[in-house]
Amino acid sequence: MPADFNWAIGGEAGDGIDSTGKIFAQALSRAGRHVFTSKDFASRIRGGYTAYKVRTSVEQVQSVVDRLDVLIALTQRTIDENLDELHEGSVIIYDGERTTMQDVEIPDEMVGLDVPLKSLAEDAGGAIMRNVVALGAACAVSDFPIENLNSALEKRFGDKGSAIVENNMTAARKGRDYVHEHYDQEFGYDLECTDENYVLLNGDEAIGMGAIAGGCRFYAGYPITPATNVMEYLTGRIERYGGHVVQAEDELSAINMALGAARAGARSMTATSGPGIDLMAETFGLVATSETPLVICNVMRSGPSTGMPTKQEQGDLNAMLYGGHGEVPRFVLAPTTIAECFHKTVEAFNLAEKYQLPVYLTADLSLAVTEQTYPPEEFDMDAVEIERGNVVDEETVGEWQDDQGRFKPHAITEDGISPRAFPGTEGGVHMSTGLEHDELGRRTEDTGMRVQQVDKRSRKVETAKAREPFEAREFGDPDSETLVISWGSNEGAMREAMVFLEEDGIDVRFLSVPYVFPRPDLTDDVEAADEVILVECNATGQFADLIEHDTLTRVKRLNKYDGVRFKADELAERIAAMLAGDGEEEEATA
Amino acid sequence: MSSDVRFTDFKSDAQPTWCPGCGDFGTMNGMMKALAETGNSPDETFIVAGIGCSGKIGTYMRSYALHGVHGRALPVGAGVKLANPDIEVMVAGGDGDGYSIGAGHFVHAVRRNIDMTYVVMDNRIYGLTKGQASPTSREDFETSTTPEGPQQPPVNPLALAFAASGTFIAQSFSTDAQRHAEIVKEAVEHDGFGFVNVFSPCVTFNDVDTYDYFRDHIVDLAEVDHDPTDYEDARSRILDPGSEYQGVLYRDEDSVPYEKKHGVDANMSEIPDGAPDDAMDLVREFY
Repeated sequence: MPADFNWAIGGEAGDGIDSTGKIFAQALSRAGRHVFTSKDFASRIRGGYTAYKVRTSVEQVQSVVDRLDVLIALTQRTIDENLDELHEGSVIIYDGERTTMQDVEIPDEMVGLDVPLKSLAEDAGGAIMRNVVALGAACAVSDFPIENLNSALEKRFGDKGSAIVENNMTAARKGRDYVHEHYDQEFGYDLECTDENYVLLNGDEAIGMGAIAGGCRFYAGYPITPATNVMEYLTGRIERYGGHVVQAEDELSAINMALGAARAGARSMTATSGPGIDLMAETFGLVATSETPLVICNVMRSGPSTGMPTKQEQGDLNAMLYGGHGEVPRFVLAPTTIAECFHKTVEAFNLAEKYQLPVYLTADLSLAVTEQTYPPEEFDMDAVEIERGNVVDEETVGEWQDDQGRFKPHAITEDGISPRAFPGTEGGVHMSTGLEHDELGRRTEDTGMRVQQVDKRSRKVETAKAREPFEAREFGDPDSETLVISWGSNEGAMREAMVFLEEDGIDVRFLSVPYVFPRPDLTDDVEAADEVILVECNATGQFADLIEHDTLTRVKRLNKYDGVRFKADELAERIAAMLAGDGEEEEATA
Repeated sequence: MSSDVRFTDFKSDAQPTWCPGCGDFGTMNGMMKALAETGNSPDETFIVAGIGCSGKIGTYMRSYALHGVHGRALPVGAGVKLANPDIEVMVAGGDGDGYSIGAGHFVHAVRRNIDMTYVVMDNRIYGLTKGQASPTSREDFETSTTPEGPQQPPVNPLALAFAASGTFIAQSFSTDAQRHAEIVKEAVEHDGFGFVNVFSPCVTFNDVDTYDYFRDHIVDLAEVDHDPTDYEDARSRILDPGSEYQGVLYRDEDSVPYEKKHGVDANMSEIPDGAPDDAMDLVREFY
């Protein structure tokens, strides 16, 4: 495990926690350090506990751990909420002059740094900069060169003019100097910088970037946590490429607009979260039956109903696999890392158009809102390929007309894939409908044609399985008798958990599955293992059900549904406990 | 666009299953005439419809078309138009489709003011489900589901559109072929969202709002002193509960369609084979 440093700022929503945390994360990233952030926030605009945590190392970090080294506490509650993660020697920076912090309790063995954040900020030009003073103090504690913080302040406030940037830099310096002048102890941290250039982004942003790179030009959506960032990212950027974002009146409208744009030939997307998926279910069937390529992004949060909208869960898998009446093929892709959010979005558009069906692209809240550093080459734009599938033009449309010159948008083909003609194509005139239809798209109740069309649509899945590499990502010891399987954001925590497990002499083989449907056949892998553990953030083990269904083998379930993502050390402990045989409790949750 | 398009080019070879005498025949013929006369061709036209008798129109007309879900044809039309503004988009619906299940979409489509045409075949009843009250049914109109009448005032679609800042609000009568086609044509030519509520009688289930009733009661705005560009004049007629008008009630000559306001003019079906040339700039934003 590389030497990592864990830092957090916490207070009330409205205290500027988010932007302060982001500035520190960017400063670290700009100093060539790897960063992984996580957010703890409540579903309210002001008030309520909120925190932004940053884990950093010179090596890649892809998870959170149960440890905090430095905490900037704007409220007593920030300390209380994080007691479990604070340890002997943890530094707590606070402003003892703040009315609510005068009776602050610094736990034994920890170091309290009382820094007059507000007063120093006022000296620098305004109380609003008190969090920046705290960042300066954090630089002093962690022995992190303040120049990197200045660079992040420049990025954050550059638009507001050089005076504002200067004031913030002064505030940071005052915080750093105050610690140096008043506390002469060694804290023992050394945040080494490197020459690497990293980018820092979250899953929602990676999805938006993947959409633009992958040719998406139309987006319609309705704001919902935690999917809104996708729309915010695209707004103002997609226009540069001739695209457009519509904030629709509701999710029903959003998916119907996206459907219309797709019929007009645009690569089209909508993004929402659980409740929105339910509202879209009616039109989802139409999208599938009319064989319209569409990417529907579901950024999962904790359900059911309104559930816990700002908390982590992977509970919508069944809704995406089985949602909607009747039977229609759809693909479900689930990126497992923030970088994969980019790559899988590009792939989702290709799959949607090649197979002419709706593709669910699902991220969970942890992937969506947390940020991670990557080398920019991870997002290699030259490698992006756009495959539009069977689109006809004036020259080729004739091959797909009947003897009366009528275009057959639902031609029965061996691979299940029919031609597409965009409006404006001479000779391609046709109607699409949610009614069962013949090859021309006309309503039919003919029993033979019904069966032929259902079979044709289903064949696309078999075709895709034969043509596409729907593979799992594999890590760890390939010969280990213990197989761990997970999907979605758990990959990062699991990969780091493997390091902890190795320290305890436990080797595991780990398969992270980014394809929910179609998915890789893991029968051989499951049969080859003595112990199979399914890790997922839901109560019932929806992915475990699928694996058991596919492999006809019972698997152990390791579930977490308290609204918080798996932490690497926590996951390692629970896996070790299961392997040691005290896993009854784990299985009981299934 | 070709100039030699005839309205029969918009007719498909499918046989309508509308009841003999249904008002929808006339409504559809007027739509086809309006499209042909404004110089559109079936290849460059997209018709969207929802569910119900009105929803069948995409089958009977010949153009690119989508027969969607109940009440949600308007957002589909919006998507088509924004993705390719060169395509002429016409949306058809019924009174249930537009003013009940789709009322939310209707109000927002009106205020969004995308350059397309919305024709509502208003027969003041649910026909395809065999005779239940619709949002425009009279308060005392007895049906299988409202034996004593809905006991709620009918929706005034013109007023809904007006309140939502509609830029083109009209009403026609399907059997008055000439006037109906003229009015729809004006809606097509309007720069923005052209809304036409069409009295399209149901001969099977509605014995109150019949052809005879409309013939006796319609007041043609062409024959009275009405200036559709006069906001106050439009308002007083639209909010007049006792009258059945035919003609353009309101037209905003300064209407700027959504696409122009938002600079949406690209044909989005045309995209490169890979990421845009400057796509690495998107990555560098995250430095």
